[in-house]
Amino acid sequence: MTERPERRQALARLLGPSGPEVGCDECFAELDRYVELEVAGLDADAAVPGLRAHLEGCPACREEHESLRALVSGEQLL
Amino acid sequence: MSCAAAAGTVASVEAVPQAQRVSTAAVTPLDPESRRWLRDLRSEGAEHDAAVARLHALLLRAARFEVARRRPAHPHLRGNELDDIALEAADDALVSVLRRLDDFRGASRFTTWVYKFALLEAAVKLRRRAWQGREIPLEPETWSLFAGGGLTPDEEAEQRALLAAVQEGIATALTPHQREVLVALALNGVPIDVLAERLESTRGALYKTLHDARQKLRKHLAASGFPSTVLEER
Repeated sequence: MTERPERRQALARLLGPSGPEVGCDECFAELDRYVELEVAGLDADAAVPGLRAHLEGCPACREEHESLRALVSGEQLL
Repeated sequence: MSCAAAAGTVASVEAVPQAQRVSTAAVTPLDPESRRWLRDLRSEGAEHDAAVARLHALLLRAARFEVARRRPAHPHLRGNELDDIALEAADDALVSVLRRLDDFRGASRFTTWVYKFALLEAAVKLRRRAWQGREIPLEPETWSLFAGGGLTPDEEAEQRALLAAVQEGIATALTPHQREVLVALALNGVPIDVLAERLESTRGALYKTLHDARQKLRKHLAASGFPSTVLEER
């Protein structure tokens, strides 16, 4: 079938991640550790399984993850 | 929603096997700066007050960072309103951080740990402000993203069948609450914090509902000839 990014995204929003994922509370609890591992170039996904999948499925947690990563990365550049 | 409501009262999706998870309790001892923060915040008198003031300044910086990042998405908000949101977010985050100080286990630097409270508060306030006074659409507003366009006749037919299966799954496979939550969050783009406030629920509880609805919809689509493995390749 012809690829259509909008439809792919719409389907992804409806169906969510296919793999195991943590919930919003666990995401919040682990987010600081996850981001520091990411910024340090370490394997954050191995340390916190299911968090990446949750970020794919939850736009609110994804936004907060992006912000924390940007804030912490920016600090390291200072 | 307060940080505690966002992070403390939510239901876990419980889909990651416990054995795969790495406990934060087993993480490294506190770094010197984090130890200083905890010592000062647990002290009394002027030292405590000064540490709280420093913490508030840190939280305000993070809240302003978040507000500045989201500003382009909120053109209707004036500068002083954005400043007020950042200040309110810092105030609420300060309360949450002080209340949950014993939860900090040193899995990250103390400053990274507190930042997430300020970012959450600011993000939630901005989402709610953007939806203030607006109806929450609980029925599907549009299916246009699923509509055909530039497709061959075969692809169009398959597209119509997929859309019909999705619509049927939403209509028949879900409970009314699951349907409402899935449609509002995943189809109509209502922010989860906004829906949580309107339904007097929490982000975590709604996400659990969304997760369950998604699983049911996947099963329905698989039974209708659209297994997840095929859908994800499209």
